[in-house]
Amino acid sequence: MRKFLRNLTEKIVEGILFLSSTVTTLTVLLIIVFLFREGAGVFSQSPVEKGFVIAVNKDNPIQTLTSAQLKLIYDQEVTNWSKLGGKNDSIILFRLDDIGNYYTEDELGENFKNMPEKLSELMDKNSGMVAFFSDKYLAKNFRGRVLKMSNTTLKEFFTGKEWFPTAQPSAQMGVLSLILGTLWVSLGAILIALPFGLATAIYLAEIADSRTRNILKPLVELLAGIPSVVYGFFGLIIIVPAIQKIFDLPVGETALAGSIILGIMALPTIITISEDALRTTPRAMKEASLALGANRWQTISKVVIPYAMSGITAAAILGIGRAVGETMAVLMVTGNAAVIPHTFLEPVRTIPATIAAELGEAPQGDLHYKALFGLGCILFLITLAINITVEYISGKRNKTSND
Amino acid sequence: MNSIISTRFLNLYYNEFHALKGITMDIQPNTVAALIGPSGCGKSTFLRLFNRMNDLIDGVKITGDVLVNGKDIYADVLDVVELRRTVGMVFQKPNPFPKSIFENVAYGMRVNGITDNQYIAEKVEESLRQAALWDEVKDKLKKSAFEISGGQQQRLCIARALAIEPKILLMDEPASALDPISSAKIEELIWELKKDYTIMIVTHNLQQAGRVSDTTAFFYLGELVEYGDTKEIFTQPKDKKTQNYITGRFG
Amino acid sequence: MIKFADNRASKQRKENLAFLTFRIMSYFVVVILAVIILFLLYNGARVISWDFITAMPAEGMTKGGIFPAIVGTLCLVAGSMVFAFPVGVLSAIYINEYAKDGLFKRFVKLMTNNLAGIPSIVFGLFGMSLFVNTLGFGDSILSGSLTLGLLTLPVVIRTTEEALRSVDNSFRQGSLALGATKLQTIRKVVLPISFPNIITGLILSIGRVSGETAPILFTVAAYFLPKLPHSIFDQVMALPYHLYVISTSGTNIEESRPMAYGTALVLIAFVLIMNIIANLLRRYFSKKVKMN
Repeated sequence: MRKFLRNLTEKIVEGILFLSSTVTTLTVLLIIVFLFREGAGVFSQSPVEKGFVIAVNKDNPIQTLTSAQLKLIYDQEVTNWSKLGGKNDSIILFRLDDIGNYYTEDELGENFKNMPEKLSELMDKNSGMVAFFSDKYLAKNFRGRVLKMSNTTLKEFFTGKEWFPTAQPSAQMGVLSLILGTLWVSLGAILIALPFGLATAIYLAEIADSRTRNILKPLVELLAGIPSVVYGFFGLIIIVPAIQKIFDLPVGETALAGSIILGIMALPTIITISEDALRTTPRAMKEASLALGANRWQTISKVVIPYAMSGITAAAILGIGRAVGETMAVLMVTGNAAVIPHTFLEPVRTIPATIAAELGEAPQGDLHYKALFGLGCILFLITLAINITVEYISGKRNKTSND
Repeated sequence: MNSIISTRFLNLYYNEFHALKGITMDIQPNTVAALIGPSGCGKSTFLRLFNRMNDLIDGVKITGDVLVNGKDIYADVLDVVELRRTVGMVFQKPNPFPKSIFENVAYGMRVNGITDNQYIAEKVEESLRQAALWDEVKDKLKKSAFEISGGQQQRLCIARALAIEPKILLMDEPASALDPISSAKIEELIWELKKDYTIMIVTHNLQQAGRVSDTTAFFYLGELVEYGDTKEIFTQPKDKKTQNYITGRFG
Repeated sequence: MIKFADNRASKQRKENLAFLTFRIMSYFVVVILAVIILFLLYNGARVISWDFITAMPAEGMTKGGIFPAIVGTLCLVAGSMVFAFPVGVLSAIYINEYAKDGLFKRFVKLMTNNLAGIPSIVFGLFGMSLFVNTLGFGDSILSGSLTLGLLTLPVVIRTTEEALRSVDNSFRQGSLALGATKLQTIRKVVLPISFPNIITGLILSIGRVSGETAPILFTVAAYFLPKLPHSIFDQVMALPYHLYVISTSGTNIEESRPMAYGTALVLIAFVLIMNIIANLLRRYFSKKVKMN
């Protein structure tokens, strides 16, 4: 009986332990489900805000418009339907505010009660007109035609240059500038962090005596512990004004500021991982080099670094990964302009910063909300790719060292 | 004959620990000297004196003289890099560099400032031939050194040491990590190399010591107990401790 | 006979140059770090006072203290640890002691690694979607703690696993050979030996959780809430979010700057203290082990 109870306890405990170990797996799966379920909504919802319609003359051969085309029309960059594959007819823009140009207040009646009918009449009369108005003004027997807006496609999402999810009449959901902004800032960060990180790792692993190392190493570890918002604060107070002054810019919040801060933040990752990699170089291999008459630097540059190369690569990639996902510090120092950057001295906006800055304003279920989850998906996929790459590299390394 | 290697009243300390105690020993050119003794007796430490590998360890202190070619190699004016060029070393486990087979052998020449690529290529071939490896690797010189077998790797490491034309070869249990066939090849090689080099070999394998060496030194607890002709040591040791070790009473 | 070019001088020169470069670059890194910390310590120390730590914020967060933010952060740290610590430790025990080498173990490890690599803002999105909206916890300590807990879970698992792995197998075999069950072996032999390392890992992850901002942005953090929480369904202020708010979007950024310095100092001090405690514990335990 006692033996039975003991076995039972063992089994129960093992069960609990097993369940705990599935939590991480479950979390990753849940993250995927929730992120992608919300994110996918971007592609199944009209880019025109709920409760509004786009209407054209019923003889207009144009059947659907994309969000980008509509923007071109309303920005008056396209003024003839033929440009969009329609008839040769100039485009007449109509916003609800323009109604006064066509009808008097009397004609519209009290509380605009004649508005639906007048709009209908207007759309019928003007063959080239396109109108954006609330669907409550849509007449029952509307003589124009409500235009079908095509949903944002995957291609438009990734190649669109305009990120303006609250734009009227039609939201612009191009994430290209955000992706480029993210990569731009991260790449800058790694360019700054890699030389310094690697130099420090080499110094700690191969050159410094143990006393210096015992002082420097904990400091580097401390660097990793400082919250990103503190780095952001420091960047905002010191680095941003400095950049503004040095380069004589209107604002100091630039990609460069983001790269510098992210570079500092990526240092501990790069230092720790590459130092570990350098330290795995077998002592005998270093001795063999010295025994052949190489000096310490030749040994480091020709034997130790090549041996640790895969670890160093992993460190650099992980450093990029950290930079790509970093939110607060970037949000605070990059100026957050959603434009494709051309130099490091312009404001940029990264994916995480966009999510952090806009999610608070996006109502749940709204297209904007879904688009931000779509950004989350992109971020998730980027970091997943980075993780898998690193896993692959270190897996290869383990294999060679087993030989 | 003048000895090529000699030590006089040599002591070595690791911090407080007295690892080598008053050792005086001479080795003649073009002979093979085997260093034997139980683990921790100081034989590897002794071997590593001659290319100053012990310098890499913190807290090592040395008194007495170590002479190579009649020169005190612990004198202040001596250039360690120069010394290591004349004293090659082969380690316990094969430890090729993460480079191609060719570059492994070329390494010593390159780090010592030789830039003539044709000369390097000739010397790589010559060294690989000397190490009896050329025929096995001549078609894959560009391949990574990790792709050949352990025995081949060890011969590669020997070729690597030979390429800078040392006078002396130090071998620290060069066959202990290898299978018997590879081990036999290394032993054959040692016989061949004796013509051109003076060889010191640390080994745990007494039969091996008996087969390859001209002289044998028995170390015990940091002392050189007995040193002499290999045949004599193995057939009629003068010291009781040597006899016990040889006959397998301890070790 | 080889004609060695005498490259000793140039070899030495190159080595000196390389080592000097590395030394300078390393010191530069350390100086940067020191500058950041000293700058914040110096400016923060002038602000910090008993009042600053124990008072409510006042006058549009330009005066008063940060008491509710401190309390909020402590709540979140405690909440996340209540979740992450048991789940993480149990999970690590299963992976290291029970799971057989195979597909399942590799899969769990892969997932843990992936979870560790997911950016914190994605956790924020996920927490908002699952805890705040789907499960209906709203913006609350509960939502925030669970989100932060999931974020630190891989860290806790990893450090615990390392601690368990460092226990020599001979201890396990010795115990099993004496007739102890697997569970008894783990409880009486493995856990006591690895305990110090598990605890140090835990303390370091506390430091990390306390500074996370992105995951709490949309799950719990309140912009301005000068009162203390009563239940786990209340919103709270939190130190890192508070620092973000008063340094970027407060009512008067210039005037609230001293408040920001003070908040940054408290945050850093928290991390520093956790680091120091972890190091002291590590030293204390390693001494104890040596004495035994």
